[in-house]
Amino acid sequence: MPSTIYACAFCPSRKVIVIAAALLSSGTLYDKVWDLHRVADLPGGSTQLFVGLHLVHEVTSPQAFSGLRDKGLTVACPERTVATVDHIVPTTSQARPFADPLAEEMLSTLERNCAESGIALNGIGTGRQGIVHVIAPELGLSQPGMTVACGDSHTSTHGAFGAIAFGIGTSQVRDVLASQSLAMNKLKVRRILVNGHLSAGVSAKDLILHVIRTLGVKGGVGYAYEFSGSAIEALSMEERMTLCNMAIEGGARCGYVNPDQITFDYLKGRPHAPCGAAWDAAVDWWRSLATDTKAVVDDEVVFDATVIAPTVTWGITPGQGLGIDECVPSLTMLNPGERPIATEAYRYMDLQPGTPIAGVPIDVCFIGSCTNGRLSDLRAAAAVARGRHVATGVKAFVVPGSEQVARAAEAEGLDQVFCAAGFEWREPGCSMCLAMNPDRLEGRQISASSSNRNFKGRQGSANGRTLLMSPAMVVAAAVHGRVTDVRTLALHPAS
Amino acid sequence: MFAFPNGVVQKISGTALMIQGEDIDTDRIIPARFLKCVSFDALGDQVFADDRLELAGDHPFDQERFKDASILIVNGNFGCGSSREHAPQALMRWGIRAVVGVSFAEIFFGNCLALGIPCASALPDQILAIQAAVNGDATRHWALDLEGMTLASDQERWDVTIDAGPRDMLRSGRWDATSQLLDNSSKVEGLMNRLPYLNNFATR
Repeated sequence: MPSTIYACAFCPSRKVIVIAAALLSSGTLYDKVWDLHRVADLPGGSTQLFVGLHLVHEVTSPQAFSGLRDKGLTVACPERTVATVDHIVPTTSQARPFADPLAEEMLSTLERNCAESGIALNGIGTGRQGIVHVIAPELGLSQPGMTVACGDSHTSTHGAFGAIAFGIGTSQVRDVLASQSLAMNKLKVRRILVNGHLSAGVSAKDLILHVIRTLGVKGGVGYAYEFSGSAIEALSMEERMTLCNMAIEGGARCGYVNPDQITFDYLKGRPHAPCGAAWDAAVDWWRSLATDTKAVVDDEVVFDATVIAPTVTWGITPGQGLGIDECVPSLTMLNPGERPIATEAYRYMDLQPGTPIAGVPIDVCFIGSCTNGRLSDLRAAAAVARGRHVATGVKAFVVPGSEQVARAAEAEGLDQVFCAAGFEWREPGCSMCLAMNPDRLEGRQISASSSNRNFKGRQGSANGRTLLMSPAMVVAAAVHGRVTDVRTLALHPAS
Repeated sequence: MFAFPNGVVQKISGTALMIQGEDIDTDRIIPARFLKCVSFDALGDQVFADDRLELAGDHPFDQERFKDASILIVNGNFGCGSSREHAPQALMRWGIRAVVGVSFAEIFFGNCLALGIPCASALPDQILAIQAAVNGDATRHWALDLEGMTLASDQERWDVTIDAGPRDMLRSGRWDATSQLLDNSSKVEGLMNRLPYLNNFATR
């Protein structure tokens, strides 16, 4: 069996032979990473899978820690779990105690659980706090070849690194705390092959909204999505995170991109990334994990990136998307299975078939979330906002994904650009993506949102409405007070 | 209120109720504002809170005729969206002990399994027929039998499916995975000693 020779990190003169993972199980990255983490086959047919990185936040963990205590157990590998607080934090004043006693109780419970268990907590003011799916990549915690689990469906984000990353429930969080492993069933792999390149003004958000619109919100159930092709290879790491983040909205519990030089360049020098001799060994190993050219996938769907337009949702599922030049579909344009929820969406959204999506008036503009709250997202938004102003009557705010993102954006003056344009510049958190903090829609307000879900009631008002779109498109909507093709702004920049 | 599932889950009997619609997400099952809690205890009253508010008493979870139901009949992709276990916890605390539908989102299915709540599947037309039967007679008693893989009343019998793994876990009472996982602690340790990223990217 061929093998790769690495220098041992501890004594470089001594060569250590490592059998490359690729040769253990030729196939997809998903297959290889799965096999590397398989602890045992459990009675009943599921697999005990080791969890390389466990991320914890305040919403889905308190009952897991309680469950652990109820069983008389302790945290098995506290060094493999990393915590932060994101869902419930206010984005105006983050002074303690929080004004909301329930939010304060959740954070203090997390603090107590982490302290008792020896888990690192990246709390407010540490410079490392932020949305869990923003901070783990920026700290270099998320790496190729890992299994990443978190009590949060958007854990699929970390697949951008070539990891198997998936959301779990609270009972499973308890299981990971107890055993650093999970009972899982293997998924099939569907390759989402995206040829060509995205056009100017079209982003990773538009791409994933297009994919979900095409394959449906349940099209990916049972699959991991492998994103590949020239359009994917050209994406930055942050764009890949946006893409993988929303795999779950297409029903795919994980999505991933094969690691490449862009991945390695992003990781190099980050606090938890390997360094020294281990770096070179790591890169060799990471490269070996990529899906082999002859690997067989269970399914493949081909997309042409060049035809994708800025995409906006009109309805109440992320699959109800439209190119910016399109109109709300009539029932006859939809498959029979899609018609009942479309009918409900017409009523809930108060949008009738035939209405052009461009021009729909909006009340609130939200830029942020684990989908689009990173520095490159804020740069893209600021580039549109610069020299323009939010329309009268529109409330617009920007919530950076993390303290690091916030400080980096401020260092570039992006906060000043946003403030000059009439946006509020806030402190980091999940904010109005799911409105567990004070940021929420009121009544029937309609938002242009860079987040990931347009479910009924999602943004904090039982009848509030959400249009999902890219950060640049949110700014375009803010400036005109209605849904607007950002490409028309880019062509005629304000002086 | 019956006790929460414990041990072997073989047969769930009781009356049923139905929630109609595709892609019912977990934000609808339990809106995010109710996630501000450090225990699941109060969630039973909050299940489908916003939908119930909108229907002002007409929601199935508010209708008197369904108040003792323990089997929930749903359509496709039920429980999509957020991974919040609060959703099955809320259903369970309201009284649900089994869900039968066309299909389920994976995380929701796994969360139910971890609570000992089977999610069984049937064909779309069958589900529509079952929902019609439930709606027509809320007093009808049903039994979901994980041995015979049927959902039956005294008047009808429908075939249902659950993947072999979860089905075995429920029938053997091993759906609470924690102890099984801990049984393999030494194997976990062995794997940790081999994984490149836990060993400076070299084997010992």
